[in-house]
Amino acid sequence: MKTKKKLQYLLLSCSLILAAVSIGQAASYDYPIADPIAATILSTPPADQAALPKTIRVKKYQTIDIFPDRSVPEVFWYNEKLRYSVAYHKEKAPVMFMIAGTGAGYDSAKMKMMQKAFFQAGFHVVALSSPTHPNFIVAASSSGMPGDIRSDAKDLYNVMEKMLEKSKKRDLIGDFYLSGYSLGGSQAAFVAKLDEERKVFNFKKVLMINPALNIYDSAIKLDKMLVDNLPEGGNGFNTFYNKLIGNITDSYVQGDFVDLSHGFFYSAYDEILPTPAEGKAVIGFSFRISLANLLFVSDVMTNSGYIVPKNMKLFKTDSLTNYCKTSARGDGFSEYVENILYPVYKAKNPDLSLRELVDQSSLKVIEDYLKKSDKIGMVTNVDDFILASGDVEYFKQVFGDRAKIYPRGGHCGNMAYKDNVAYMIDFFKSE
Amino acid sequence: MKTKKITPIRYILVLCLLLALVSGCATSQADRYDEGATIVPAKKPVSEFVKKDVTYPIDAYDPWECFNRDMYTFNYYFDKYFFLPIVGAYEWILPDYVEDRISGIFNNLGELSNLTNNLLQLKGKGTAITTGRIIVNSTVGLAGMYDPAKNWGMPEHDEDFGQTLGHYGMGAGPYLVLPVLGPSSLRDTTGLAVDTTARIFFWDWMWRDGTFENVSTSNESKIRWSMNAIEVIDARHQVPFRYYQSGSPFEYDFVRKLYLEKRKLDVAK
Repeated sequence: MKTKKKLQYLLLSCSLILAAVSIGQAASYDYPIADPIAATILSTPPADQAALPKTIRVKKYQTIDIFPDRSVPEVFWYNEKLRYSVAYHKEKAPVMFMIAGTGAGYDSAKMKMMQKAFFQAGFHVVALSSPTHPNFIVAASSSGMPGDIRSDAKDLYNVMEKMLEKSKKRDLIGDFYLSGYSLGGSQAAFVAKLDEERKVFNFKKVLMINPALNIYDSAIKLDKMLVDNLPEGGNGFNTFYNKLIGNITDSYVQGDFVDLSHGFFYSAYDEILPTPAEGKAVIGFSFRISLANLLFVSDVMTNSGYIVPKNMKLFKTDSLTNYCKTSARGDGFSEYVENILYPVYKAKNPDLSLRELVDQSSLKVIEDYLKKSDKIGMVTNVDDFILASGDVEYFKQVFGDRAKIYPRGGHCGNMAYKDNVAYMIDFFKSE
Repeated sequence: MKTKKITPIRYILVLCLLLALVSGCATSQADRYDEGATIVPAKKPVSEFVKKDVTYPIDAYDPWECFNRDMYTFNYYFDKYFFLPIVGAYEWILPDYVEDRISGIFNNLGELSNLTNNLLQLKGKGTAITTGRIIVNSTVGLAGMYDPAKNWGMPEHDEDFGQTLGHYGMGAGPYLVLPVLGPSSLRDTTGLAVDTTARIFFWDWMWRDGTFENVSTSNESKIRWSMNAIEVIDARHQVPFRYYQSGSPFEYDFVRKLYLEKRKLDVAK
């Protein structure tokens, strides 16, 4: 009997300790949305966001001509120059470069939020569109087909160098720092690696926020979120789309139409939570729109003849609606890689398999560098669904205490949360 | 005086005609490829993929697409070289606080159209609330500078003559991108013309009726022109939209879809 009693006590105290531990954990991180899908769509509720200035001193709508000799197809005339923004101080300050996530522009909601946070912390902040953004592809991608992360990193580096050359106030420029979220996070690591050879910026610190370990694998996951969660399988696309458009227009004011990427489609759900399946489909859909842009723009820029007939010119006033339909349907990222990116690489190296190509864009390629580079940090969430099982463990093993892993937040959902912003700033401020 | 007055609508119509004349929509197929190059059919061709008898979610009735796309581009340039610099100067000179008060005044004046159109659609609640808003915001809200009515349970009930026409069963008709004003439809453009005309008559009546009897005629036109100018600047100031800012090749398609869907919802409301 006594042993039984003891055992009961033991169990009780054990459960109490466990409870205390879990309460302790919960108290240490109070980001309010438990579901990763909901977190990704709803982001951080205003009351829980870091306190940031409403407006900052920022030059918007800046442009730079990266390839002055490039003849841009007429149909993309408006993307001839690369657009970006700079938040600046009037005295000497360190410079932060930020790289946006897949399909997102320099002016997406997340970029604006980060720009304010870094500006407030005393940085000049340069916001760059993702190399997968149509404007970047047309104006600044050397190949016209992003997706090979080493090549994208070179393009980004080239852009940053050109910006530095263009800068008229060199005396106000201090040390350089780098950050990026999602795909932009993965790219930041490769840009940092490139910088070790080129040594133009000598980045003091680099932070990757919710990066993809392997962009191909993450993209396939996002593609599946759309296809697997449409009502009646793939046939339900129209039903789903009509409902989504209804939701968007409901909350849409003409002016909010700035960012065609994720933020815009998520904005339909600022209060009403969709069903779990619908939520996944929305995430997949907004990703798909980015891919439709990518597929069409790259097809035209490389004259691949995939959707637009090879050698055919498109003009300013041509209707692109049918190309939009054709680009948006299909297999998404894998279709892009198979039909635009891979053929070009295979032509150069016939033995290269598709898997080998996409694995070259994995962070594992630069594992040794990441392991020994104390200046590189990373932030992610346990429930970030663009990661495969084991990826978080891998990050912990590679980055050690330079990896900050939050218990929730989905994919980039908690970026604006006060603790996250504080950590981000602290990472860059500490020596 | 009256015959000389050129209303914004007349401006727009003249501009439309001029631009229609210069817009180059017919392109010869020979220009589609460089000499010596041949067009190779696409691997995932539109012809095979897009079915003629299916209506796709992105589809819209847009028979004047070529003209519209030209106008979309025109608006970009108009914005860039004329409109936005002026709006920028306006924003630079005035503090945000003053800008918001000015927006309030014009939004309050716009309630007149909300009122008539709520009335025309026999919407009792909308009419009552809009009346309440005009009374409260014009007095307590200091001529619309503030919007206390909203906090007192009287939110805006936006209605215009385009919606009134829609309410009585008229379809949107062809999509139409207006110079300067942007996305519209044939029905909504008609509605806009009616609303604007009604407004001009109302103001004429206000001026003639002795409301401002001690203002001389030359001063009157100066005041009215400045009012119009500030109103137009304020209207652009209130809209953050920038043409081609998304960079997406399908921006035109998305804007068109969103505009038409939004109006459909507005009419159904």
